[in-house]
Amino acid sequence: MQKAVLLGDEAIAQGALDAGVSAVYAYPGTPSTEINEYILRSKEHRSGNVVATWTTNEKTSMEMAIGASYVGKRALVTMKHVGLNVAADPFMNVPITGVNGGLVIVSADDPSMHSSQNEQDSRYYGKFAQIPVLEPINQQQAYDMMPYAFEMSERLNAPVLMRITTRLAHSRAGISFGEKTKQNELALPKNRKQFVLLPSIARVQYKDLLNNWPNVIKESETAGYNKYLDGKDKSMGIITTGIAYNYLMENYPEGIDFPILQIAQYPLPTSMVQRLYDECDTIMVLEEGYPIVEEGLRGILDNGKTIFGRLDGTLPRDGELNPNLVAKAMGFEIPEINDTPEVVTARPPALCAGCPHTDSYTALNMVMEQHGDGRVFSDIGCYTLAALAPLESINTTVDMGASITMAKGAADMGLIPSVAVIGDSTFTHSGMTGLLDAVNAKSPITVMILDNFTTGMTGGQQSQATGKLEAICEGLGVEKEHIRILNPIKKYHDENTAVMKEELEYNGVSVIIPRRECVITLNARLRAAKNKKKLEKANKEN
Amino acid sequence: MKKDIVLGGVGGQGILTIAATIGTAAVSNGLFLKQSEVHGMSQRGGDVMSNIRISSNEVFSDLIPEGKADLILAVEPMEALRHFKMLKNGGWLITNQKPFINIKNYPELDDVLAQVNALENHIVIDADGIAKDLGSVKAANIVMLGAGLPFIGLEVEMLEDALGVLFGRKGQDVVDLNIKALKAGLAEANKVINK
Ligand SMILES: Cc1ncc(C[n+]2csc(CCOP(=O)(O)OP(=O)(O)O)c2C)c(N)n1
Ligand code: SF4
Repeated sequence: MQKAVLLGDEAIAQGALDAGVSAVYAYPGTPSTEINEYILRSKEHRSGNVVATWTTNEKTSMEMAIGASYVGKRALVTMKHVGLNVAADPFMNVPITGVNGGLVIVSADDPSMHSSQNEQDSRYYGKFAQIPVLEPINQQQAYDMMPYAFEMSERLNAPVLMRITTRLAHSRAGISFGEKTKQNELALPKNRKQFVLLPSIARVQYKDLLNNWPNVIKESETAGYNKYLDGKDKSMGIITTGIAYNYLMENYPEGIDFPILQIAQYPLPTSMVQRLYDECDTIMVLEEGYPIVEEGLRGILDNGKTIFGRLDGTLPRDGELNPNLVAKAMGFEIPEINDTPEVVTARPPALCAGCPHTDSYTALNMVMEQHGDGRVFSDIGCYTLAALAPLESINTTVDMGASITMAKGAADMGLIPSVAVIGDSTFTHSGMTGLLDAVNAKSPITVMILDNFTTGMTGGQQSQATGKLEAICEGLGVEKEHIRILNPIKKYHDENTAVMKEELEYNGVSVIIPRRECVITLNARLRAAKNKKKLEKANKEN
Repeated sequence: MKKDIVLGGVGGQGILTIAATIGTAAVSNGLFLKQSEVHGMSQRGGDVMSNIRISSNEVFSDLIPEGKADLILAVEPMEALRHFKMLKNGGWLITNQKPFINIKNYPELDDVLAQVNALENHIVIDADGIAKDLGSVKAANIVMLGAGLPFIGLEVEMLEDALGVLFGRKGQDVVDLNIKALKAGLAEANKVINK
């Protein structure tokens, strides 16, 4: 059969569709975004057979998926790794309720922080929640695992976490498709109290979760995704997790003599680990992410066999792996590599030419000049790029939503003025609750919500805030006369700075909304309209 | 057959289209493919890169090891040099000559080109000029793809078919333009190789 060229993300999406998924919920975030984008483009979604949507944040996504599972349908939730922090509350509780329809959560980690503020490893969350975790070694396996993930979720009565990393998510390969499974029929849980986590019920169900653990380990040993690849040279046994296997094999094109335990599913298959440990003199652990397997193997005392990995300096403690790092760890000489010529200059990402944020910040910089450094609390989005030259307008970026709340905390402690700058999508993601806190406390903060009608940073997905910002702010109790709409464009620079000055002087919560469409989505829209016209004309002529 | 290709450019210059064309052509002809690309943050006017690996045997790593690339193909000269450490001994570096200047401290173009010219196996092409003569500067990326063709290990017809698949939606005129661009780039590269 002809293979399709798909990103790892797209292979997962197609796998879910073929596995009979009924509902897909997601908040965008690199490197997970392309999963839901693919579903949204699919004929299954466009014909109305599969519900798929961008939601306000990862927590709402997760809970909607739990609701879909409750009625017996297969549901998928996707997010980037830090999104799982936002969704952690339902994520930690749903293992105790168990599922009805299969529930699969994809969390895409970003080791080396290509587009993220940290490189946390989602496998810890799997361990924390005590659920099965899948970590595909390549794009085809990611596809193949989806039907299995849903089936296992239903069979073990457990949500399943699939953990992927940037290189798998954003790399294409030829994918062969398998059979299609029909969607589940609507069927309510047989036990009416299954999803009622009152302490008396939760205690019982938590025991069930713990008692089920040996079955989950057995699943890891028998499902076939963890492989013991024996080798005759027992001087070293190698454990690889996820895509680390590929970096190893890259260095052994003719095959390898060391035994390998290839891990793609957790909890770790105890008997396979035992065998490798018993049969080999030393152990090398190659994992993409934190040294979670290595830590477990060493234990607290680390007084067993010699183990090489990220904790003893054989590999770097941080960042993603690559073929050369693994080559060095395996003791290969690295051939001499060209130096990067000196003329090569850094080309950092920057706001697009004509971006509305530039005009908002140019005005804000002017107004803030007299107040000195360290007063603009910001958030995550394209507008975070204003931390860098030439604008250098913002002083903080910690996590989504933190601008408003940090500004309030600083204002509470006497920093005046305290300004928060947040994007429209980030505001509805997790800024609204903080604004309510500020309103209730009558904090002297000024909040700028940069409304560009889209989620720009992740490629222009629909923003849940569009058309609702004034109503939300008013509803939360911001005074109407202190909700100011601006058009962030050079022509209005003087008017805009005047408004910002006024609101900075106001001793209470004010909200300024500079409003102009992202130029990228604007251009895409105009192009699409032009193409549509061209097509219509061509059709008429035929 | 096994080829490792590094594509370099700036966000928005169309290297993902080059990558998609090669990837589609490779897989439709039964080859194994891994093609990693950069999404997200760096697409905002930063440097972007793609690793393409095609082979008649299974390809493991999504990333090409440093010092192992057969070809660096770039739509911008400084971006070609950025990936210099990926190039193997005796590998080829092929680049568009037109700089993309969106930073204040862009180096002197002569210094950049001097570095490129110092390399034994290199080709510098005015892809923007060629594409413009054909009808649209937008096809400059496909001119560069054509220029890289002698080193990619695929036949010109395979790439023509792939362009048909990828651009078909936009109409036959767009497909034709890109096929012309592909052939023009190839002709330009052959001039250098046959010298
Ligand atoms: C918890 C979490 N989820 C998702 C992301 C990925 N992400 C970064 S910025 C952003 C959205 C930005 O949209 P908006 O606030 O409208 O600003 P814009 O980029 O449009 O300027 C997203 C989804 C993240 N960093 N953290
Ligand atoms: S994508 Fe849109 S919001 Fe982001 S920098 Fe470009 S114009 Fe601005």
